[in-house]
Amino acid sequence: MSQYLIRRILIALPSLLGISLVLFTVLALAPGDPFGELAQNPAVPPEVAASLREKFGMDDPIWERYVKWLTQMLQGNWGFSFVSRVDVDVLIMQRLPTTLIVIGSSQILALLVALPVGVYAAVRPYSLFDQIATTLAFIGFSLPTFFTGLMLILIFSITLDWLPFVYQSNVEATGLAFYWEHFKQSIMPVSVLGLFQAGVLTRFVRSAVLDVVRLDFVTTARAKGLRERAVIVKHIVRNAMIPVVTLVALQMPAVFGGAVVTEQIFRVPGIGSLLIAAILANDTPVIMAVTFVFACLVILFNLIADLLYGWLDPRISYR
Amino acid sequence: MNERELRGLIADVKEGNLSRRAFVRRMVAVGLTAPLAAQMLAYNGVAMAQVKSAYKPTKAGGGGVLKVLWWQGPTLLNPHFAVGTKDQDGSRIFYEPLAAWDDDGFLMPVLAAEIPSLENGGVAKDGLSVTWKLKQGVKWHDGKPFTADDCIFNWKYASDPAAATYTIASYKDVEVEKVDDHTIKVLFSKPTPFWADAFVGARGCLIPKHVFEPYMGAKSRDAPANLSPIGTGPYLFEEFKPGDLVRGKINPNYHEANKPHFDAIEMKGGGDAVSAARAVLQTGEYDFAWNMQVEDAILKRLEEGGKGRIHITLGGSIEHIQLNNTDPWTEVDGERSSLKTEHPSLTDMAVRKALNVLVDRQAVEDHIYGRTGKATPNFLNNPERFASKKTSFELNIDKANKLLDDAGWKKGADGIREKNGVKLKYVYQTSINQPRQKTQAIIKQACQKAGIDIEVKAVTASVYFSSDVGNPDTYTKFYTDLQMYTTTQPQPDAGTFMNQFTSWEVATKENKWQGRNITRWQSETYDKLYRAAEGELDPVKRAELFVKMNELVIENVVVIPVVWRGGVAAVSNKLNAPLSGWDNNTFNIKDWFREA
Repeated sequence: MSQYLIRRILIALPSLLGISLVLFTVLALAPGDPFGELAQNPAVPPEVAASLREKFGMDDPIWERYVKWLTQMLQGNWGFSFVSRVDVDVLIMQRLPTTLIVIGSSQILALLVALPVGVYAAVRPYSLFDQIATTLAFIGFSLPTFFTGLMLILIFSITLDWLPFVYQSNVEATGLAFYWEHFKQSIMPVSVLGLFQAGVLTRFVRSAVLDVVRLDFVTTARAKGLRERAVIVKHIVRNAMIPVVTLVALQMPAVFGGAVVTEQIFRVPGIGSLLIAAILANDTPVIMAVTFVFACLVILFNLIADLLYGWLDPRISYR
Repeated sequence: MNERELRGLIADVKEGNLSRRAFVRRMVAVGLTAPLAAQMLAYNGVAMAQVKSAYKPTKAGGGGVLKVLWWQGPTLLNPHFAVGTKDQDGSRIFYEPLAAWDDDGFLMPVLAAEIPSLENGGVAKDGLSVTWKLKQGVKWHDGKPFTADDCIFNWKYASDPAAATYTIASYKDVEVEKVDDHTIKVLFSKPTPFWADAFVGARGCLIPKHVFEPYMGAKSRDAPANLSPIGTGPYLFEEFKPGDLVRGKINPNYHEANKPHFDAIEMKGGGDAVSAARAVLQTGEYDFAWNMQVEDAILKRLEEGGKGRIHITLGGSIEHIQLNNTDPWTEVDGERSSLKTEHPSLTDMAVRKALNVLVDRQAVEDHIYGRTGKATPNFLNNPERFASKKTSFELNIDKANKLLDDAGWKKGADGIREKNGVKLKYVYQTSINQPRQKTQAIIKQACQKAGIDIEVKAVTASVYFSSDVGNPDTYTKFYTDLQMYTTTQPQPDAGTFMNQFTSWEVATKENKWQGRNITRWQSETYDKLYRAAEGELDPVKRAELFVKMNELVIENVVVIPVVWRGGVAAVSNKLNAPLSGWDNNTFNIKDWFREA
């Protein structure tokens, strides 16, 4: 097991290296200039932008800049933001927890909705419940997050005035009120992301369970006289979970993509909104670092999915 | 408008027949900046009297939390590095200059005891120096006194090329001398008519010597105080998350009595302009939101929410169309639009004049910008002419047709005019931005009716406004026939603005397209006028020179102005927030208060 883990991590390294190389090249070749605003300002002499370009080594050849970036990265130096003039890791650490909380709770919400609904719908296929669940799931993943986000704002913030639509990272309250405020402002971003995911997952759980329900061992289990509940939980769901786990891992990039949009709409100070701000300002080191963090997270979740397989299906062995 | 007329107007102000404000407005209409106009009055003995403050609260604090929304949040809080207005606005909460520009272009003392003038001996007659008296008893947030040494330090800090500050231009050509602990003297190397630059406004904010001294030059980026400001402003620093949040609490030792009104301030960043407008105008969650780049129709609808209003400050931002004087389609020595070429048709005066009457500014104002942009033929033009032009749009197309017919541009079989094998076909570029694309469509349609074929082109803003030497689509390269963007006039002095038509500023490959003259129009007369204005000490004579330069630009249709764009802010109905088109949004945040 631990051998497998080490091997997987070693395999992950070249893929991360490849990702970083592609990202770096694309960013370096992309048009735009972090000091555009300086250059546009008539009151700033052109030498200022020129000296900054030189200081940040922006006129060096791409491969040289990449090697420099890589060696610094290996030493734990994430680079220096052109725009904020702070170290990039400071910026990211400030915002990563928020993103993880929002994404994490939305994934939990998605699973909490998708698992029971999907399983129940599959156990009673083509029932009224199944029809409704399938339709809702369809609507759920057909609507893009930027649309549902705006819709929720219109309904709950503007028409009903129940929830705030500007996310505050500093809540001025203590004790229970603090958590209540945080909960209130998280409802909309989390449900936008979570319900979108839930739509996709429900459909998937349903079809995975349907595949298993018809298998002989399920009939055997029922014939043994096991309670229906035990049959579903222990025999059906556990076997149906393997493809679902794969999907959850595969969906991670989509979740991050959705998080970027949702963070922007609700002004959630996570790394998604940091990414957008950095792209708008052409702040290459920050773009590079954030996309790299996303890449690492995706690889990490794939690894976790692979490890979960073994737990779900003991026939899969790690060698 | 000539010198005699200008002097007449100033005399009117002196005798009280004309209000100061009316005079300033008049000068702005002829293309001068408000601060320049105010300076003319001051020079002629009409004091830069302070506009009466509407500040009502009788004690400091008690106003609760002031919540403001900047949909692009500040990313750094050191005023010497604050390139973007968002950063300047953020750092202005904590830092202050010696004096600030109010909405009428008058100087308002902040850390200065008084505004230097000829009468009080602050401004030297020879234009070689200006003496500032500093306010006494001002303390930095950490309790240390503010003195002349701090001013000297800021001059040294900003003018060090290794630090690459944004403020370098204001400080690098001056010397600053300490007279006593609360007096400094700014020395200029040559007679300088516009002395209020160093230590004034957005670029004049002062940082404390005792905090920043160990971090000068190349080390400047390591200063911890870059992220946790210690200034003299009305609010003490509490928290900063770049791009997300700036938080401050009331400064109990603020140097003005009974100020500020609010107990704390919160500047939230991120999101988009429409929802920011919504948070102020419709739900009232926030008190103030910055830079509402939203169509006026939407703003009007949101205003019906009744919680707030739109406030428009007119500074010097002009959306205008530039005409290329060089040929963008021929490459000479590795660059297009080279000075060695000449545009085959746009150099014809008849074509330029025809284009000028084909721009339907009124339609652009009515259908696109609404209250946020005023139609103007008036880059730098006078208002009387304006009135006669906007009267009829149809007439303009006829006039354009006639102008072109008379000049010998005949319509071909395809309906496009041509002469000697040169067709009137133009590529017209701008950045991707909805109002701009709509404007392009309006102009294209009008030109079609006059037999001019326009191909519109839109470039992503981050490319178009970059200084990327390798990219052909930047605005400074100007590799098309026509282009449109907003030129801003952040400098109160017209001098820095007007140099964009001088011969030596032409953007070329040689200067990596960093020159400011993008149209590549060259005129000896203009150059001479500009040189004369540089050394002219009498503000009235100088103003006359600027007016003449303006006229030259308009007569030769070097550019075609479209709309005059204002700074648009959303303000809660309860908030009283004095704003200025010549300084930062937060320049006077000490005077903001909530009406009871």
